[in-house]
Amino acid sequence: MAPLLSIQHLKKYYAAKKAVDDISFDIPQGSIFGLLGPNGAGKSTLLRMITGIFYPDAGRILMNGEPLSGRHTDLMGYMPEERGLYKKMKVGEQVLYLAELKGLSRSEAQKRCREWFERLDMNDWWPKKVADLSKGMSQKLQFVATVVHQPQLLILDEPFSGLDPVNTNVLKDEIFRLAQNGTTIIFSTHRMEQVEEICNRIILINQGHKILEGNIYEIRQQFKENIFKIDLAEKPADLPQNITLISLEGNHLAFHLDEGHDSNAVLDHFIRGHNQILGFNEVLPTLNEIFIRLVQDMPKL
Amino acid sequence: MHKSWLIIQREYLTRVRKRSFIIMTLLMPVLFVGMTWLIAYLSIKGSSEKSVAVLDGSHFFEQKLPESDNIHYHYLDTDPETAKLAVNSGKYDAVLIIPPFDAAVKTDLELYSKEQLGLSAQAQITDDLNKVIIRHRLATAGISNSEISDLQAKTIGLHNISEKGGHEGGGMASFAVGYGCGFLLYLFMLIYGMSVMRSVMEEKTNRIAEIIISSVKPYQLMLGKILGVALVGLTQFIIWVVLLLAVGSVVLGTVGINMFQHGAMSPEIMHQASMANNPEMIAGLQSLFNDMNWGAILCWFLFYFLGGYFLYAALYAAVGSLVNDDPQDSQQFTLPITLPIIIAFVLMTTALKDPNSGMAVFGSLFPLTSPIVMMARIPFGVPAWQLILSAALLVIGFILTTGLAAKIYRTGILLYGKKITFKEVAKWLFRNP
Repeated sequence: MAPLLSIQHLKKYYAAKKAVDDISFDIPQGSIFGLLGPNGAGKSTLLRMITGIFYPDAGRILMNGEPLSGRHTDLMGYMPEERGLYKKMKVGEQVLYLAELKGLSRSEAQKRCREWFERLDMNDWWPKKVADLSKGMSQKLQFVATVVHQPQLLILDEPFSGLDPVNTNVLKDEIFRLAQNGTTIIFSTHRMEQVEEICNRIILINQGHKILEGNIYEIRQQFKENIFKIDLAEKPADLPQNITLISLEGNHLAFHLDEGHDSNAVLDHFIRGHNQILGFNEVLPTLNEIFIRLVQDMPKL
Repeated sequence: MHKSWLIIQREYLTRVRKRSFIIMTLLMPVLFVGMTWLIAYLSIKGSSEKSVAVLDGSHFFEQKLPESDNIHYHYLDTDPETAKLAVNSGKYDAVLIIPPFDAAVKTDLELYSKEQLGLSAQAQITDDLNKVIIRHRLATAGISNSEISDLQAKTIGLHNISEKGGHEGGGMASFAVGYGCGFLLYLFMLIYGMSVMRSVMEEKTNRIAEIIISSVKPYQLMLGKILGVALVGLTQFIIWVVLLLAVGSVVLGTVGINMFQHGAMSPEIMHQASMANNPEMIAGLQSLFNDMNWGAILCWFLFYFLGGYFLYAALYAAVGSLVNDDPQDSQQFTLPITLPIIIAFVLMTTALKDPNSGMAVFGSLFPLTSPIVMMARIPFGVPAWQLILSAALLVIGFILTTGLAAKIYRTGILLYGKKITFKEVAKWLFRNP
């Protein structure tokens, strides 16, 4: 399937630094795409170029195969990291206004907003002032304002920051539901555990460069270090050859399998020794570990 | 286009619905009329009442000095020392000592008071005395009292009709209208310019700006805001005009009736008397209502209001976008904008004194000052070429400032956290879009 969004050799330079320096990637239709990077990596600049707030200095962005233009703004929903609402406006007027700015008619906006308020159990907020909402509440309101016009591309910058676990789950479910209905989602964060849970594909950027891109499973495979864990019924009497022990605590051991050897040989060793194997699995690095390793390995400019 | 309209609508409605707007709009004309009425009342009533004892040995002035609201004459038959004692004890404010004198020659009289009587009271007493003397001298020269009254009533009024600029009003009326228009423009530009600035600052610090400009272009947001606030200004202006007319006619009506009832004079006599006293003022009032080309003035007022407001509102919007969370920041940027407005106001006062001086002409052509200065000159009559040039320069001016402001605004609105310097702003202006 053709990608919904195609980023090609994108560059954005500020006076002092290169915020985005020649980044290219595609976002497939209907995927939940993680944009990762440490603070100041260029995530926000990249997102602002995708939303059309900034013009790139070089390169181009295609949406549905066409160069990005004013026509595409209504097809996107953008929730920036720094949330913003008019504090003195009433909740209902606020979402209606933002929905109408995205091209919905008054009646259509009214209908969709009511639906979302119903779904997220926010009905009695309608006449309240935004200033009277709690932080979590205004976060939910912001989310509704971002998705109410049914964007093809939803861009969420740290959508869960400041939310309690209950509301985090509510929002997460909504994100999955939207993705199932065909919405493509860019999910920007530096919280890796959320990424592993939510995203299909990720791109990792640092200092304006793309340093990693791909499917999460493949990436973890790519960075695996042949580390395995075995749970045994008894404390092992002796250890197989060709492994470097990492830890041995009672009946649990973790080891690094030496290059060029098969993990079956290790299992075979314990089977022959009549030590029952209760569990065996390969330990793949978490995204967090990969992230830290890659970011720390990068030379500081 | 629809989106710009939405922004204009929101900016307009949120302001017009505010309680402070409603109160200000309703209260201003009341305050304005009230102040004008108070000033008028005080100036008619003059200073406090004075009672003056008159020691007239020759009985020349007795019962002849005219009674007025603020000076009351009491004719005494005592010696000066007793009268002075009465003044010292506070019974009278002053005693006028008139020794026997020759009515045909120039004489100086003594006015004794505990404290200085005040210039206007002294002037009035002198005036009163002289009137009696002159009437006496005219009478001795064979002119009757009725003839004197008749002659005095037929005074000369001055109407300045000049050739250029078409219609002309009396100097005083032009001054009043020019001052009023200029002052109103000054107020509007400051108040609404600041309002635009505050609103931009609010959007920036609330971080809503980024969300809005992911739906519309930054210049749409800026222009929508400027236009919305302009509509608020126009609304307020129209309400004020209507209210002023209503309140003004009510107040004028009651004051007029009071004046008629107050004096036991018939309207004709009063009219004659005021004519005799202040022909200049009557002429001014007449030309205020008859000769002034109100249609043209209103049109020019709206033009300069919109032109001047657009010019400054764009600059104020740019300044608002430069301010970070610290409102103190705004001061370093607002000064360069507020200063020309204040200079314009100063130029306006010189232009009112001499509408065709070099300063006035320059001030009324230069776009940063022209709205206020030109508006002050228009009632005096301005050559057509100056009006056209000034209008054209103002239009060019606001297109220019809006362009510059949009460049600053676009970058400033998304720049958080660090203090912005003039040097950086200059860089934004001169780089490509």
